Amino acid sequence: MKVLVSVKRVVDHNVKVCVKLDGTGVDIENVKMSMNPFDEIAVEEAVRLKEAGVVMEVIAVSAGVSACQETLRTALAIGADRAILIETQEELQPLSVAKLLNAVVARERSQLVILGKQAIDDDSNQTGQMLAALAGWSQATFASQVIVRDGCATVTREVDDGTETLSLTLPVVVTTDLQLNEPRYITLPNIMKAKKKPLERLTPQTLGVKIEKRLKTLRVVEPHKRGIGIKVPDIATLINKLTSEAKVL
Amino acid sequence: MTILVIAEHNNQALKTATLNTVAAAQKLGDEIHILVAGYNALGVATAAANIAGVAKILLADAPQLDKGLAENIEATVSPIARQYTHIVLPATAYGKNIAPRLAAKLDVAQVSDITAVVNIDTFERPIYAGNAIATVQSIDPIKVITIRCAAFDPVSSNGGSSALIHIIEAAPAAPGVSVIRRELTKLERPELTSAQMIVSGGRGLGSRKHYVKMLEPLADKLGAALGASRAAVEEGYAPNDYQVGQSGKIVAPQLYIAIGISGAIQHLAGIKDSRVIVAINKDPEAPIFSIADYGLVGDLFILVPELVDAL
Repeated sequence: MKVLVSVKRVVDHNVKVCVKLDGTGVDIENVKMSMNPFDEIAVEEAVRLKEAGVVMEVIAVSAGVSACQETLRTALAIGADRAILIETQEELQPLSVAKLLNAVVARERSQLVILGKQAIDDDSNQTGQMLAALAGWSQATFASQVIVRDGCATVTREVDDGTETLSLTLPVVVTTDLQLNEPRYITLPNIMKAKKKPLERLTPQTLGVKIEKRLKTLRVVEPHKRGIGIKVPDIATLINKLTSEAKVL
Repeated sequence: MTILVIAEHNNQALKTATLNTVAAAQKLGDEIHILVAGYNALGVATAAANIAGVAKILLADAPQLDKGLAENIEATVSPIARQYTHIVLPATAYGKNIAPRLAAKLDVAQVSDITAVVNIDTFERPIYAGNAIATVQSIDPIKVITIRCAAFDPVSSNGGSSALIHIIEAAPAAPGVSVIRRELTKLERPELTSAQMIVSGGRGLGSRKHYVKMLEPLADKLGAALGASRAAVEEGYAPNDYQVGQSGKIVAPQLYIAIGISGAIQHLAGIKDSRVIVAINKDPEAPIFSIADYGLVGDLFILVPELVDAL
């Protein structure tokens, strides 16, 4: 069985982004880019399934500009077997990405797709669910444990008040929660090996997918700033401030 | 403008999140319908009918809707979706699971986690862990939206005019998926996302034992919910569903007390709309102090018990 993992190139999670002065977006020029942290967890999980002998091949897919190939090389260094880059300059929204991934799924006849639960740039949390809908598959979102055996997946999901375990017949889309695993460190020999692994380039056109922008971003602004706080010397002062000044006690 | 709100409930009672969602829906139009999809959920539908400002309740009641599986809810909503201009869900684990699936079936974009309604097709939503606010306009005929509960004050759960309950058909069960187990964290305290006060702990507590010993008496005294940073969850001090932040829950209580939390960007994203933030941390340079209204630098193991005694 083949497993597909989708990976997104995003601004590194340690970078504090700045809003552009003209309000058109966030300044991401000359900012460190990395693989979306939830996607790292997705790749790690796929590679573990391969190491456990459950899947035969792990294919990493990314859609976007040419530089996304760096993100794919990272996935290959973690242990993916080959990579597919769907190259486009256009802005990709979750619905478009889901359509592209659906086309790749059909092409590769994959039975399992693992995605991160959300990308830390647009914070949408949509693509996996959309892909499941388009493919007509079941979905297991926010997964903290995945067991695949005999054409079935047992997935524990993180929900608001605890956990829930689903039993699913493949094919299925899984999205990863932070609790699922701890991604491995990438070693230098594996980075070298990753350079030799195949990376195929496709375009939305070759996949027969039209990229559409259904959401228009009108402006992007800084969030409302909180007033400057104060440091208090002791508990008595704190309680006094909370009672008389902030009036929350 | 006819708006459909998909209610979150547990077949016995409506979740508060539904009341926040109705509040957001009221900013979109005046005819609001609520769908209650569940099993033996007539009581929930009756409760929903009493919510102020609701015109009609749709009840889909069938065993396959018992656990709120996205596949079955989406298939039940899709056939009636085109009667609505907006379909609104809370941005909870429940709503986030269903909304994108529904949107893709309708071939429309989905707008996630909105914090404000600008007008019927334009919304504000935070991006980059809340470090920027985007104003987005949807050009689709149906807007499928999830709302950030903390950004909309809940409507009253009563005072409505007992809206008519209309039975709709549940879609047949999707094959190949079922819930086999549920393990809910027992909560004797207020629910995190709707709590007025939150006491939250981080890595500075050092152990599960300290988390319990330091935070529980304080939470009890205040009637507060308990929260945790990602670090505290990863170290096993608190269960995962206590996690506050970009990848956990977004909260906006009246008072948030961060204890032993340094304040990573991802944590700040989840708390910065709190009315008052208090931080207790031994490191005066901790980023949490940059957004705290009142900061206290010192040893939490001395300060927290002192605070409990003083309350």
